[in-house]
Amino acid sequence: MKVMYFAWLREKTAISSEEVDGAGLATVSDLVEALRAKGARHAAAFEDVSAVKVAVDQKVVGFDASLEGATEVAFFPPMTGG
Amino acid sequence: MAVRVQEEDFDLGVEAAALRGSGDAGALVTFSGIVRGGEGDVAAMMLEHYPGMTEAALEEIEAEACARWDLSASLIIHRVGRLMPGENIMMVAAASRHRKAAFEAAEFLMDYLKTRAPFWKKEETPEGARWVDAREADDDAAARWAK
Repeated sequence: MKVMYFAWLREKTAISSEEVDGAGLATVSDLVEALRAKGARHAAAFEDVSAVKVAVDQKVVGFDASLEGATEVAFFPPMTGG
Repeated sequence: MAVRVQEEDFDLGVEAAALRGSGDAGALVTFSGIVRGGEGDVAAMMLEHYPGMTEAALEEIEAEACARWDLSASLIIHRVGRLMPGENIMMVAAASRHRKAAFEAAEFLMDYLKTRAPFWKKEETPEGARWVDAREADDDAAARWAK
């Protein structure tokens, strides 16, 4: 699946998107654990997930959401448009 | 009914003029957000968004407004990229037969846009750049529309 990062998550991971093998990842929380293990930058980005929102296939969901059939997962801080 | 996400500026007057002739409108409410330009304010504002999801979220918000109020026209424009103090950031407009629906719908569009559309602001200041924090007051404002 395609994993995307916006705003300070993009800056902390130093990437805007990457391909991640979703095998064995049932929920968003499982994905976050797998991403944390990728290295120091990812670990820093996901240090405090209370400050992080997630969208699966462009719909905002909770961290307990299923990744079944997901093609695009995006992580970002609370929105500040307007 | 339209949403636009764009780098280029817009003209509030031109947009309003195009909406005022729509259908049976007797009221047109517009709101525009501007980069604050006072002393001690930012040198520039960077607007980042999530292409694809942004447009879908704005269309959903607009559809929700049209379901709740009898609108003859509505419009959401939001700019992205680097904006200078005094520049337009975004606008919403709602036209209806009577003012109450137009006022309420415009406020609803703003409240939902601030909390549900994937835009992020980064301020450039003399001390460096910083991401703008989401405000609890914005969540409270959006929550009052919950049915």
